[in-house]
Amino acid sequence: MQLTLEGVAKRVGAATHLYPLDFALQPRAVTVLLGATQAGKTTLMRLMAGLDAPSQGRVRVDGEDVTGRSVRERNVAMVYQQFINYPSLRVADNIASPLKLRGDLDRAAIDRRVRELAAKLHIETFLDRLPAELSGGQQQRVALARALAKQAPLMLLDEPLVNLDYKLREELREELSALFAGGDSTVVYATTEPTEALLLGGYTAVLDAGELLQYGPTAEVFRRPRSIRVARAFSDPPINLWQGRVAESGIQLAGDARLAVSLPANATPAAAAEAGVTVGVRASALRVRPRPGDVALAGRVELAEISGSDTFVHVAAAVGPLVAQLTGVHYFKLGAAITLYLDPAQIHVFDARGDLLVAPQRSGAR
Amino acid sequence: MNEARLRWRTLFLVAYLIFALLPIYWMVNMSFKTNEEILASFSLLPRQFTLANYATIFTDASWYSGYINSLIYVAINMAISIAVALPAAYAFSRYSFLGDKHVFFWLLTNRMTPPAVFLLPFFQLYTTLGLMDTHIAVALAHLVFNVPLAVWILEGFMSGIPREIDETAYIDGYSFPRFFFTIFLPLIKSGVGVAAFFCFMFSWVELLLARTLTSVDAKPIVSVMTRTVSASGMDWAVLAAAGTLTILPGAVVIWFVRHYIAKGFAMGRV
Repeated sequence: MQLTLEGVAKRVGAATHLYPLDFALQPRAVTVLLGATQAGKTTLMRLMAGLDAPSQGRVRVDGEDVTGRSVRERNVAMVYQQFINYPSLRVADNIASPLKLRGDLDRAAIDRRVRELAAKLHIETFLDRLPAELSGGQQQRVALARALAKQAPLMLLDEPLVNLDYKLREELREELSALFAGGDSTVVYATTEPTEALLLGGYTAVLDAGELLQYGPTAEVFRRPRSIRVARAFSDPPINLWQGRVAESGIQLAGDARLAVSLPANATPAAAAEAGVTVGVRASALRVRPRPGDVALAGRVELAEISGSDTFVHVAAAVGPLVAQLTGVHYFKLGAAITLYLDPAQIHVFDARGDLLVAPQRSGAR
Repeated sequence: MNEARLRWRTLFLVAYLIFALLPIYWMVNMSFKTNEEILASFSLLPRQFTLANYATIFTDASWYSGYINSLIYVAINMAISIAVALPAAYAFSRYSFLGDKHVFFWLLTNRMTPPAVFLLPFFQLYTTLGLMDTHIAVALAHLVFNVPLAVWILEGFMSGIPREIDETAYIDGYSFPRFFFTIFLPLIKSGVGVAAFFCFMFSWVELLLARTLTSVDAKPIVSVMTRTVSASGMDWAVLAAAGTLTILPGAVVIWFVRHYIAKGFAMGRV
């Protein structure tokens, strides 16, 4: 199924929830809508589903204009952030409800399909219970099973895992990836977490403040963010941004650090070079052990957070404040001097307008 | 807590209960006595226990038809109130339209008007339309007070149901009526119970409109009860029995909806 949005925008009263955007979803693949809260993910998703009509623009399914057509006449499935099930129906009836309404399957076939889905989502022992008698994770599994039962060509998931605890979220995300890989639905998955986008793979659309900033294969968007805004949205911890000046054979940063980078000749007119550039460095690109060709960045430790397997160090460096994500547990004294190393091949360079000039080289893109 | 305070508290509550229940006890007590005993002596329990008063009510058509008439127009009123209030409450709860908040409040102001204000218009209108002394006349008149209340109560219960359930149903392919009756209505059935109860309560005890709009065929029990005052004095015992029978339906209904009413109070809508 090919879903295309042409110049679609959504305004509610005086507020603009979504600026005009063109969006052709990759058919039969997972598309992740990535953006902070209020970025317009849910608005966009509701337009795709047909729950809301766009203020302007057209929505097409396989070329056919479906703008303003009611959601009942479209073949979509949706899972909400809150666990939405029919409270008065048993789990089995909940899952069966879209199949019963379609009316092309007999009772035995519906029953078989319900059991099959329940087994896949590990809720087969709860089929006779009411949704309220289940835990949050189980309730969301029921909602997922009901959405999958329909085998709709377009499946929309609006932050389906955000209200679950960490362990359940990981478990369910893995199962979801497996389910999506097997099906031939076009899946749209909204999330606020860059890591989730990377884990799900597929394609990513980065949204920010009601604008669609970039759409492409997830790894590609991560490696080559089109602008500083995309890089900011698609990084956790936030990407380090330093002001620099184009100098001979590289970029001159504050504090006498020089990065040897070859800037594309066509993309750096003299004026842009004058205006300066912004260097973006992902927190994971910084290391404490040097490798040949690395640039050393000296600074002072301001804060160190240990999160299980990683250590996040906030450093006041000569180049500016930075955050480094170091693998393993490291202990730092606050205020201690620290030297971090950076491979100049691992940096992003943005011009004065914020557009990408140089992306990291592929080796060790993450 | 010291013992003296506890004792005072218990004492106070007991006293309150006695005061609250005394009239009801007195009426029930009287309904099992004869008129002679009521007028001649003071007794806490009937000395000559008799069911004759109840027998009078259940055998005399002019008495029991009063109950039947009351029940008929109360039932009609409840059915219409709920049937009308359900879609209205759904609209107020789910859609925003021009002036929705004002209309919602205006509905409630109908309840602030004393029923007597509407007496004359109703009388004139029903006489013209030939609706006088019919059950439907009283039922329709009571709608002015019951529909706003039912809409108000139901809207509260409906707004407690997430809108996403409606949307999920549409996505699954439910038609609106099917969704409303098979999915939505079961979720707010306690609200329907509470709304029906309050409609019942108003319509059952309302005297002024019911008495004015009826004469013979649809005469309600509250009106029949005034009949016992006659030239030969007052039939105290039968009147007490009628009163006892009048509070019974209310007691039965409140027993069924007691849990829901608590829920309604918690939602701030009752």
